[in-house]
Amino acid sequence: MHLTKEEEEALDGKYGRALALAYRVLVAIGEATEAERLVNVNWAHISGVNYNTIGDAGINFLEDLVKDESAKVMIKATLNPTGYDPNKSEEIDSEFLEKQSRINKAYEKLGVTLSYTCIPYEAFDINQFAKKGSYVSVAESNAAIYVNSVVGLLTNKESAISALASALTGKAPLSRLRIKENRNAKLCVEVKYEMKDELDYGLLGYFAGKLNEDCIAFEGIKQESIFSNEPNSVANVKALCSALGTSGSVGMFTLSYRKVKERYEFNKIEANKIKDELSNADRGDVILFGSPQLGLNDLSRLSNMLMGRKFKKRCIAFCARSVYMKAKKIGLVDKLENSNVSIYCDCCSCLTPLITKDKYDSVITNSVKAAYYLRNWNKVDVCLASMKNIVENESI
Amino acid sequence: MKVYKCRVIVRGFAEGNPLISNKPINLLTIDENGFINDFTSSLKGLSVSNKVLIFPNAIGSSVGAYRLYALKTKNKAPKAIVCTKNTDIITASAAALADIPLVDKVENYEDMLSMMNENRVVKVDAYKGLIEIVS
Repeated sequence: MHLTKEEEEALDGKYGRALALAYRVLVAIGEATEAERLVNVNWAHISGVNYNTIGDAGINFLEDLVKDESAKVMIKATLNPTGYDPNKSEEIDSEFLEKQSRINKAYEKLGVTLSYTCIPYEAFDINQFAKKGSYVSVAESNAAIYVNSVVGLLTNKESAISALASALTGKAPLSRLRIKENRNAKLCVEVKYEMKDELDYGLLGYFAGKLNEDCIAFEGIKQESIFSNEPNSVANVKALCSALGTSGSVGMFTLSYRKVKERYEFNKIEANKIKDELSNADRGDVILFGSPQLGLNDLSRLSNMLMGRKFKKRCIAFCARSVYMKAKKIGLVDKLENSNVSIYCDCCSCLTPLITKDKYDSVITNSVKAAYYLRNWNKVDVCLASMKNIVENESI
Repeated sequence: MKVYKCRVIVRGFAEGNPLISNKPINLLTIDENGFINDFTSSLKGLSVSNKVLIFPNAIGSSVGAYRLYALKTKNKAPKAIVCTKNTDIITASAAALADIPLVDKVENYEDMLSMMNENRVVKVDAYKGLIEIVS
């Protein structure tokens, strides 16, 4: 990969240790993805915040990084969820609180906007810092797929480290999904299954993600069922993006399927196979919504389904802080809390310290992504069901 | 013994027993001791620790990169990584950060895999771009 003189100098350490490390990472991913050069990016979204994901090694790395004067973000940089809601931290142990606070402080010192959200596309007006068609660097997998496929920004499915490197340098390799021609699908999933709700889109995403291509097409999905502002559509596309990001390396999807020759079929058998693999309980001790975090649409969708009924057991809904503030203003938070929904901000279902095997044997969720990580990491059993079914079965 | 040419992504040199997988790995499911914990994977229970990890690519969580770095700080990371498909960004960034030799695009990699088992010793020269099955 060609580097400019200034980039070479930065790689050699002329501008500080942090920038040298950032360029080392960019060169490695540039070589791996066969980039000819680096391009300027307008926005980076960084993952690797929750203490349960990056651990002590991550803290030590970040704290060491910020000791260097060159460790400052050069572009708008937003941040993935942290491990807990500071306003509802009673259940979190003191060691976790202390360690999470060190991580948050390190990112603050880097100059990152402490947004603590995995849905920057709903929590922010992204258009303010990245116009359609511009290069960005997004690590959170659901958000990378969403901004590529729905918003029309250009990013690869970045890692926590590569998005951080982009934030520090304002650059990213010109490769793969940052090149227009590569944004045409190479394979197509023919959906031959009646897609009823967001859970079906999650199962589809998990199936398609395993096909391991940069860009895939779907045939048999109606445009309005994923690309409209209608609440069900928003829920469907978020479920699709997050599940795609969980099971593979897909970074984008499209509904332009006509010219794609390589084809796979998603049918009832495939859907059931995935559901059987991920869902190993027929009940749950606690209900979780929010992986990815809920937006305003999702909260009003939940409230409309509940219609004043109350959940019989603990229900946690994770959402972005900015979403919570808007929901509070319009009375949505009060409505949901009256229905026994506890709304947690700044964190999400994935690797949450709120769910441990000591407290719960099983969890009910509508998120395929949450199901995968709750079973793998939190070691609890999972019952997968759609939001509608959960409301019907678990509220009175 | 046989030598295979490959492309260098992160330079370095390593020798060890291989852990061979024909399936991608979500690195976030590797625990702090290097064991793969993914209940959906046929590799569940195997350890990447101090092995030459030979696999197609990483999948899933963008935070998986930190998991390899954490293993490195405890001397439990793979000694080297060989990607048999296109190296992905998660693996490349983690290897660059953790200084783990990383190569891909192995010439005749199917032949190499057929010669390989977990008792063999593999040498990865991620300066010259060579993989040698030593014994």
